[in-house]
Formats: sequence, C-alpha cells, structure tokens
Amino acid sequence: MTVKTPIYLDYSATTPVDPRVAEKMIPYLTEHFGNPASRSHSYGWTAEKAVEEAREQVAALVKADAKEIVWTSGATESNNLAIKGAAHFYGESKGHHILTIATEHKAVIDTVRELERQGFSASYLEPEADGLIDFEKFKAALRPDTVLASVMLVNNEIGVIQDITALGNLCRANGTLFHVDAAQATGKVDIDLESLPVDLMSFSAHKTYGPKGIGALYVRRKPRVRLEAQMHGGGHERGFRSGTLPVHQIVGMGEAFRIAREEMTLENARIRRLRDKLLTGLTTIEEVYVNGDLKARVPHNLNISFNFVEGESLIMAVKDLAVSSGSACTSSSLEPSYVLRALGRSDELAHSSIRFSIGRFTTEEEIDYTIELLKAKIGKLRELSPLWEMYQDGIDINAVKWAAH
Amino acid sequence: MAYSEKVLDHYENPRNVGSFNKDEKNVGTGMVGAPACGDVMKLQIKMGDNGIIEDAKFKTYGCGSAIASSSLVTEWLKGKSLDQAMTIKNSDIAEELALPPVKIHCSVLAEDAIKAAIADLRSKQGETMDAALCRHGH
Repeated sequence: MTVKTPIYLDYSATTPVDPRVAEKMIPYLTEHFGNPASRSHSYGWTAEKAVEEAREQVAALVKADAKEIVWTSGATESNNLAIKGAAHFYGESKGHHILTIATEHKAVIDTVRELERQGFSASYLEPEADGLIDFEKFKAALRPDTVLASVMLVNNEIGVIQDITALGNLCRANGTLFHVDAAQATGKVDIDLESLPVDLMSFSAHKTYGPKGIGALYVRRKPRVRLEAQMHGGGHERGFRSGTLPVHQIVGMGEAFRIAREEMTLENARIRRLRDKLLTGLTTIEEVYVNGDLKARVPHNLNISFNFVEGESLIMAVKDLAVSSGSACTSSSLEPSYVLRALGRSDELAHSSIRFSIGRFTTEEEIDYTIELLKAKIGKLRELSPLWEMYQDGIDINAVKWAAH
Repeated sequence: MAYSEKVLDHYENPRNVGSFNKDEKNVGTGMVGAPACGDVMKLQIKMGDNGIIEDAKFKTYGCGSAIASSSLVTEWLKGKSLDQAMTIKNSDIAEELALPPVKIHCSVLAEDAIKAAIADLRSKQGETMDAALCRHGH
C-alpha cells in the first residue's frame, strides 16, 4: 500500500483550498485589484461586481437573500458581531440574559463570557450524553429577559447536528433572537434560511475548501434584525462591518460555496461511505467508545475514545496521521476536551479520544491504512498498559483506590 | 512536544515489558500513580537466591516519558542488590533521558515504583523469616 504520510484527517480544523477556488482568486490579486468602494472607475466596478456575485453564491448555498449576507474575517468575527451586536442593540429593551450551550466553540463561549463581564448574565446549558440538546431543558432555560440564544448547528469536535428548527421555534415563542454558528455545517448539512427560524448565522470559508481569513454573517431582513457594529470606520457592509473588502478572499468564498452547493449531495455520500468504513474497522477493536450521537451527525466526523491507553502516548503512536486529540498534551491547555467532559466522559476517556475528520480529498487507501495503523498501535500500547492487564483479569479499575499524585 | 532520542528509543522499543506472578515470594510489585492523573506504573523485580535482582519487568499507562522512565529503570535494576536499587534517584532518570521540566514527574513516579516494589519484596521476605511476628496489612 502506498500512501503519503502524514495522512490528513483533520478537515474539521481546516481544509485545503480547492484548486478551482485558488484559480478563481488569483486574478483578483494581480489584475482586478480594485477597491469595491471606488465608485468612480472601472477598477472599482469590476471588484464590486465580483463581490456581489460571491455574495449571491454564499446566499444561494443557505437559501438566503444576498442582502442578508455581511462579509467578516471568519466565523469567530461573525460570532462576535452577532452575539455582542445583538446583545448590545436589544439588551435594554428585551433583557440582559444570554443562553448558550456548554459545548459551543470557544468563539461563542468566550464572547458570552465577555458579555458577562459587561454585566449580562448567561446560562451554559449542558447537552445530553449523546451531545444533543434536550428541548424541554432548553425551553426551561429560556427566560423572559433572554435577549439571545446561540447554538451551533454542527459541533466541531463530535460532529453532532442540533435540531435548530425546534430550538429556533422555542426562541421565537419567547421573543428571543436566535444565533447559529454554522462554521462546520456548510456543504455538509442542507441549510434553508427561508424556512429556518434563525435570525443570525455565522459562516467560515476555510472549513469548506475556501481560503482562511474570510467569513460571513447572515442577518435576517424579514423580520429585520439590527446589530450594533463592532468594527467602526468607512461604513462598509451597510454599516455592519467597516473595512475594505478583501476581494480575492470573497471571490474564493463565493466559489467554494458554489462548488459545495453543486457537489455536496454526491460528496457527502462518498464521505459517509469512507467514514462508515473507518467506524466499522475501528470498532472491531475492543473497548472503544464513539463520542456523540451517530445518527444526528455529519458524515465527515468520527470521534472515538480508546480505553486503557493514555492520550499522549496515543498521539505519539499515530504520528503518521494528522488528527485532533482530546488530550491536553497536544494543546496549550491542561484540561481535557471540555466538549467530551460535558458529555460526561471520564478524564481518561476524554484524553484518549481522537477526532477523525474526512474530506474531499480523502481516499479509500488512506482509510484502510488508518484502520490497520490504529489496530496495531492500540494493541501495542495495551500490551504496555497495566490497566489493560487489570481489565483482562476482570478487575474493576474504578473500584481500585488509587493514590493521587 | 519534542522528545529526546533516548525517550523515543525506549518508547519505540520498550525493554522488559511484561509481568511476573505477583504471588511468588521472590517477586516484589510496585504499582504507583492513578488513571485520572494520566500515569500508572507497575514495576516488578525478581530476586535471586544471592540477594541480587535478577530480572525486572514493567507495564506503564502514561505518556512517552513515563514509558521511557519505567523501561529504563528495569534495565538499571538488574544485577543490583536492594540497597543499591534504593539509591536510584529520579534526577538520575531525568538526566539520562533528558526529560524536560514538565516531565520530571515521570521520573519521580519511576523512583516511587522502585521503592514500592522493594518495600513489597521486603515485606514478603520479612514474612518468610518472621511470619508470626510481622503481619502488616497490604
């Protein structure tokens, strides 16, 4: 078997720019370099036309009106603009409480924390053990003064898909604005903003084969949602977000979203087949646990914990794979994945988890190689593991009194 | 994280992996650490009739440095008396493996495992010699 290592299985971290996207971007760096805000010459008009075409492409993927799309630097900025912008604009009239979910991306959690510092109160609802939100608990967490609720459509670590129709309807009934972080969802989940009860939605280009550094925020027009701008300046993007538009990035995002719209059905079927093959292969290993619900989940994601092997040694063992780990040692923080902890996973299982995310350029050979590599390495680490030996001898490891050190 | 060549060597080719029957009189077992802390080391020594450690084995649940520390001490223990084994210090292990400061605790754990294995063996030997007098619970 000839595969090039390390094998890239981290498409939820970022994706390569599709060559078709890169090709379309290049002329806007060199030839059509105009500023779309220049109204007095053809350089500006050409750039503006490209920006508006891209806006149409982004809107088309999510069935929105192009006028509802605001360019930003990425999903983090979109989340900041949506949450702070709406909270500041509507806080005085509706109230100062924000509802979000404990497993949201840090770009949402930390933005809400910042609002808490500014005097807002916030609730971080824990999901169920499968990663999904219980509607009754969500409904109970909505308060009369809840100005905004923020829920991600697809979780970045475990890939579960929240029922944003049901959650959005609960928000509507409560007079609460509903923001959805859809950074991980575009090209993977059908999004129809004509019918979804969503007021604000964040998008990123680089998770969907577009360039880094560009994203968008959907801001509903009917009924009209207003925001307090976070970036002040020349009044670009109808005052929502000032700053000269990065035309080449925008063109790239438009092209990436066009390709996603046209190819997602076929692509997702192919990726699902690869993911299911990986799942079948890895679950032949004893004592593995899939994190997050398997049905309400994007086809790209598989997150698995390997019991009785330690997280950091596991990452050393799979150095031929580019994957993400729930282990503290691979990130700057010392805590294991807060998402897996919120699902009720033990520290040990959270540490020994691997997120495999499959994408457009993943091949069947790569999946076969990955399965064989994991089987061999997990076997080797378990041969070394006193916990595995105890488990084999029928000893309940949780019943052992360990001396903490 | 960058590992030293020696850590990588022990991680890739761990020495003396395995287990002895812990109930044998001439086997001392030390189990230290906790799963929630990310390290569990099991170190076993087997003593010959001459009072010298003739073999040592380990199993470790932990990071590469923890695996390397325990693998290394199984090599060092062979051929030593218990008193000589007691002189192995965590700083010797850390120095030999060029452990970075955040991994010093792995060498501390390995030293603890040696001491625990020796204590277990001594208590067993003590029981053999003085079975009626010495019955401290384990």
